[in-house]
Amino acid sequence: MFNFGIILFPGSNCDHDCYHAISNVFKQSCEYIWHENKGLDRFDCIVIPGGFSYGDYLRTGAVARFSPIMREVENFASSGKPVIGICNGFQILVETGLLPGAFIKNSTTKFICKWVNIRVENNSSPFTNLLNVGDVLRIPIAHAEGNYFATEDVISKLKDNSLIAFKYCDEEGIVSNSSNPNGSCENIAGLMNSEGNILGMMPHPERCSEEILGGTDGKSIFESIISWLKNSTGSKQIKTGRF
Amino acid sequence: MENLQIALNHGLSTQEYNKIVNKLGREPNLTEIGILAAMWSEHCSYKSSKIHLKRLPTKGANVIQGPGENAGIVDIGDELCVIFKMESHNHPSFIEPYQGAATGVGGILRDIFTMGARPIALLNSLRFGDPKLPKTRYLVDGVVSGIAGYGNCIGIPTVGGEVYFDECYNGNPLINVFALGITKKNEIFRGLARGVANPVIYVGSKTGRDGIHGAVMASETFTKEAEEKRPAVQVGDPFTEKLLLESCLELFKTGIVVGIQDMGAAGLTSSSTEMANRAANGIIIDIDKVPRREKEMTPYEIMLSESQERMLIVIKKGNEEIAERIFRKWNLDFSVIGEVTESSDLRIIENSDIMADLPISLITEEAPIYKRPSKKPAYLNNMKNFDIFSIPFPNNLDSIFLKILSSPTVSSKRWIFEQYDHMVRTNTVIPPGSDASIIRIKDTNKAIAITTNCNSRYCYLDPYTGSAIAVAESARNLACSGAKPLAITDCLNFGNPENPEIMWQFKKSIEGLAQAALVLNTPVVSGNVSFYNETEGVAIFPTPTVAMIGLIEDIRNHLTQWFEKEGDRIVLLGETKEEFGGSEYQKQIQGTVRGKPPQIDLRAESALIHTLLEASQTGILHSAHDLSEGGLATAISESCFTPNGSIGVKIKINDNMKIRNDAILFSESQSRALVSLERKNIPILDKITREYGVKMSNIGVVEGDRLFIENMIDIPINEGYNFWSSGFERILNSYA
Repeated sequence: MFNFGIILFPGSNCDHDCYHAISNVFKQSCEYIWHENKGLDRFDCIVIPGGFSYGDYLRTGAVARFSPIMREVENFASSGKPVIGICNGFQILVETGLLPGAFIKNSTTKFICKWVNIRVENNSSPFTNLLNVGDVLRIPIAHAEGNYFATEDVISKLKDNSLIAFKYCDEEGIVSNSSNPNGSCENIAGLMNSEGNILGMMPHPERCSEEILGGTDGKSIFESIISWLKNSTGSKQIKTGRF
Repeated sequence: MENLQIALNHGLSTQEYNKIVNKLGREPNLTEIGILAAMWSEHCSYKSSKIHLKRLPTKGANVIQGPGENAGIVDIGDELCVIFKMESHNHPSFIEPYQGAATGVGGILRDIFTMGARPIALLNSLRFGDPKLPKTRYLVDGVVSGIAGYGNCIGIPTVGGEVYFDECYNGNPLINVFALGITKKNEIFRGLARGVANPVIYVGSKTGRDGIHGAVMASETFTKEAEEKRPAVQVGDPFTEKLLLESCLELFKTGIVVGIQDMGAAGLTSSSTEMANRAANGIIIDIDKVPRREKEMTPYEIMLSESQERMLIVIKKGNEEIAERIFRKWNLDFSVIGEVTESSDLRIIENSDIMADLPISLITEEAPIYKRPSKKPAYLNNMKNFDIFSIPFPNNLDSIFLKILSSPTVSSKRWIFEQYDHMVRTNTVIPPGSDASIIRIKDTNKAIAITTNCNSRYCYLDPYTGSAIAVAESARNLACSGAKPLAITDCLNFGNPENPEIMWQFKKSIEGLAQAALVLNTPVVSGNVSFYNETEGVAIFPTPTVAMIGLIEDIRNHLTQWFEKEGDRIVLLGETKEEFGGSEYQKQIQGTVRGKPPQIDLRAESALIHTLLEASQTGILHSAHDLSEGGLATAISESCFTPNGSIGVKIKINDNMKIRNDAILFSESQSRALVSLERKNIPILDKITREYGVKMSNIGVVEGDRLFIENMIDIPINEGYNFWSSGFERILNSYA
């Protein structure tokens, strides 16, 4: 059994959902970490859940990035252990600079909550190792600012180093404008840092890990993390620079 | 004379003012007038509705808390209970749609968590004017964004609801919001100021000058100057509400809470006096201690402010530090502002001066109660002589059918519900779009089904029947979802009660609700009344919105409206008559709302509900869908348009129905449902329907890619789907 830590900011609201999935569906140990607390050494994986940290009245994640816990997360990641940011968690990782780019308002200008399809672009990460490149996952999104933006330099670096984890696609896995729900550059739905141990993704795997909720494609992401933790021999020291 | 004039300006009548002077033995001061005017307003006192509301059945084996508290409570077994309520935010939403709707959501959520429950679901019932008007589009956009903005941010899913359009709402949209929470039966909190000398604490946001007179505004009709009332609308802050929610739930666990109530309409005034009244105590408030946003606020302003995200809590004396630590952790204001007294008075002090001193009972229980005169509305005299044959038989049923599918009433509301986070908290088993929304209860096999209904066209034509139908359809929706109907919360939206014709509508509506609730065994446990939905003398259609909850004991038995398998047989339950009064068909063809609404036989309804429940228990049903607006043809197509793609049908209706073809397709006869099941299970269903005396007609099979109804309709299913799925957006966008 591995120990997952879920970071709790004022305004996080998918914390219970992640906790439920990790402890009740995947039977791992799980703890909430209040954003003012310190010390993440006892954890094997850190989850930054979705929600509206500090209400997100400014840019999403713009206040949470200043919280002391983000330094702790950076240190944790530099030990090579996996960090996953989902939705607002992804936005916070980007604001903190642990992942590149920025988020702007959805091209529809509205909040969007619906099921979408994403294609797996990289299967050598702690988060996707049980999947194949080209696999299509059916998974919900729920955000108003999920429109990923990055400069061309950053996009080519992401591509050259296979750091794009997921792209929005249609049921057949075809990536196109019509399968892009929010206007994201390159249909990016999830990406990783250079070392591959920090993943940010807009879709919610915790919302599709049980049949009763209409789909189970999210399971493969949590199961990949657990499988990776099982196979990793101690913690490799990875130097996590800013992207 | 001067004080009387102030009172009149506050909406009190001369008679009411004299009653106050008599009871007090003196003239009230400005602060006291403000307090009494707010609490005696229609919105807070229910003075015109109270005597009628008494007729509603409110008790039942599962009812833990009926009307009179912040919300109703129903036992769902396993030591668990659900707490729920619906409330209107009509007036503020017309003036400022985003904030009006947002604070409606905030207010109803506080009503739920003030009772100790974590809210787990939101629904809403919306009514707007003619969708062709730019103003309607502006209101739809603002209201939907406001609900989304608040609910999404605080992280409580908006799992369903309904929206209708009609010219009668042009000047008065209706925004009714519902919330449901869950808690253990032995962890319920109430709004009680018990225990003399216990401290009264204020937590949440600071008090500002926003929303002063909100309750009074909601008790007046609109004139052209409505927009000048914008300062009476509050501003919502869902982030602070999220902190307030988490901190209150944390505080409840400490065991030091005696009573708690949110500061809703009439703010600090209503929360303090209602809590004191329920416990038969008095309360003293030191106005200097109230956290405030602005300088130099008067006691009058502080007592009447409707600033959002505030709670009033009475705790056991000596535990102030424990409470303070929790609220400080969540960065919320905390202040001990007074204490519970023996005196049975509300006393407000500022710098040791007494600014108001009123008997609690005068503010609350002794508020006036009116038996207002009622008279049958003149318009109804012209309604009865409507002849169905005055609707010409259409040349092309396909085209009228597509018109109905793409109408604002019937077409898909995806444009709305995709703006709501309807999945957060990972309990949503059936999202918006089926007969009822279904949310599971984690750590149990149970689920709760929730639906809201009101066809106000029916209510306009016959308030008794229309209101009974709102209850019946709700129960039918739940039964079609495999849920046993349990209880109701309602939002009664009407025009000006001082008009006898409106009062008549209200009285008849209550009678219909009461009768249906009684027969279907679904007591009304909470709710609200919104009068004065009237602009320039034009009232809305009577709109008694019903929200009903039901229990699914074993989540595996839940049903949806969507056809599941090719080859399944389609069965119509119930009887179809030629009933076009108030129907969508009539509206589309004639552009009017006339005649008699569909009739309702509550015993037949009850029989249908029992049939559906028993059949769902046996597991033979693959889908079940109630028939409502747009009739059989619409119900069939809605069952075809599944979230995983559309599926065709081949239908053949025996002509032994002996009614017009257009009535077979579009009549809105009540107590009917459409189910699908495997052919081999038809005898089982047959046995159940016989037992309850429900008519059963085998009408076809799930098959192919056309929507085929022999001799009537034949279109490719995808064409139907396109009309239905894009109709709503097309209407909104074409007038943007």
